[in-house]
Amino acid sequence: MRDDDPQAGPSNPTRRAFLLTTGSTAAATIVAACVPAHANSAAGSSDSAAASAGGPNIEGAVPITLRINGKEHKLRVDPRTTLLDCLRETVALTGTKKGCDHGQCGACTVHVNGRRVNSCLSLAVMHDGEEITTIEGLGTPDALHPMQAAFVAHDGYQCGYCTSGQIMSAVALLKEPCGPDDAAVKELMSGNICRCGAYAHIVAAIQQVRKNN
Amino acid sequence: MHTFEFIRPADPAAAVAAAAKAKTAQQGADVRFIAGGTTLVDLMKLNVETPARLIDINRLPLDKVEATPDGGLKIGATVRNSDLAHHPTVQRDYAVLSQSLLAGASAQLRNMATTAGNLLQRTRCMYFRDTAMPCNKREPGTGCPAITGSNRTLAVLGTSEHCIATNPSDMCVAMAALEATIHVQGPKGSRAIPFGDFYLLPGSTPNRETVLEPGDLITHVTLPPPIAGSKQVYLKLRDRASYEFALASAAVVVTMGSGKITRARIALGGVGTKPWRSSEAEAALTGKPANEGTFREAAEAALRHAKPQSENKFKIELAKRCVMHSLRMATTA
Repeated sequence: MRDDDPQAGPSNPTRRAFLLTTGSTAAATIVAACVPAHANSAAGSSDSAAASAGGPNIEGAVPITLRINGKEHKLRVDPRTTLLDCLRETVALTGTKKGCDHGQCGACTVHVNGRRVNSCLSLAVMHDGEEITTIEGLGTPDALHPMQAAFVAHDGYQCGYCTSGQIMSAVALLKEPCGPDDAAVKELMSGNICRCGAYAHIVAAIQQVRKNN
Repeated sequence: MHTFEFIRPADPAAAVAAAAKAKTAQQGADVRFIAGGTTLVDLMKLNVETPARLIDINRLPLDKVEATPDGGLKIGATVRNSDLAHHPTVQRDYAVLSQSLLAGASAQLRNMATTAGNLLQRTRCMYFRDTAMPCNKREPGTGCPAITGSNRTLAVLGTSEHCIATNPSDMCVAMAALEATIHVQGPKGSRAIPFGDFYLLPGSTPNRETVLEPGDLITHVTLPPPIAGSKQVYLKLRDRASYEFALASAAVVVTMGSGKITRARIALGGVGTKPWRSSEAEAALTGKPANEGTFREAAEAALRHAKPQSENKFKIELAKRCVMHSLRMATTA
């Protein structure tokens, strides 16, 4: 069997489905803290399983409404669920990444009411009724946000894991007080760590968008 | 993370009532107020904090920055660090506060973190954050492995044989130099606590960090009227250029007259077990000419009682140079 054959696996599992079904303690813990929604995620539906009346009843779960990328989501979440886990596991928007899970890397950056925050250090219940924007709400493959296009043009990534957080941070930066030079951009982007070290290209991408603005 | 009851009170009085029956407001609290969450959610994930009840104060009317009748400034408990740093009055009259806020954390964290939350920011001591390790602050009586262990970033001022954990805040260093007052609403009413009386030295009870009692809700902070003609500098020295805690920092507010320093307020960060106001350095500056000799005397006075550990002796000289350079910056600006 060729091990690079994408059809080789018995059920051609996605990386995400694989992680969710393995016995990984970390993955199990994450899923346990949320109302499971992955049953729906394979179909790519943005309707949360938990939103339906037939969703699993988790003890202590509380109802919240989040407006995510312009769409209202009525959810039931365990109060312990972070905004990050809620987006990824409950709403199945996996563009937002979990890096350190302790507010040290910026991979989980999203916008709440138009401002960038670390979604890993915020509880979903604290955001009842608020407006959340994730990387999925920024652009589409056919119509990239100018910052997404600039990251492509300037090669602002290698592995890509930090990229959605970098781009969400960079888009928020456009509306914040920021001096014109590269040093000011670096200072305001310091909360987003890039393990591959694509920083120079990231700064170039941001500066291009700022010039065009 | 342990389970908890999540409460969103209608007003500050309801928040106080919901917290009043807590066993303690210090380490091990079974009830916590939550605002930005940048410290608390982090420590709850580590099981360092295990509150059974969480009271969300984000929607209480505590998010305003307003002038006070005496010409000072009132800063609400839930004013975000980024909003406070960029507030025009703060930038104009309390520049050291704006500088200190912008030197802390990242843009994302500053959008979340609040004024009251920053006052109660917890130490980054790795032993405190790791429940597998002993720690007198987290579990009184278990010992302090930092004293014989990894202590490069830990405190040299205000330490005890029980705890050498550093207060990590930048904002608090500026607040100390600006002589802020912390306003608390509690089960027995409201009270105003001078900044210098708010924090406790670790002594034999490092689990007690402030004078807060169960049910006490910080509602706002006030700053006295700005000192006319004062020069203000916050200088932070750290291992990275950005997004790193201070190894040493200094907040200075100095006023000059007839070639001499007529008034000085000096506070240090990154080196103390609490935000460290140095009246000794202030006395060494007042009435003296602004020159290298005076700055050196002030720096020596500030660190005179510093006690180094095995890995952090360098912080004493670093803090001295930090004080001296911040004074140079303030008096030549």
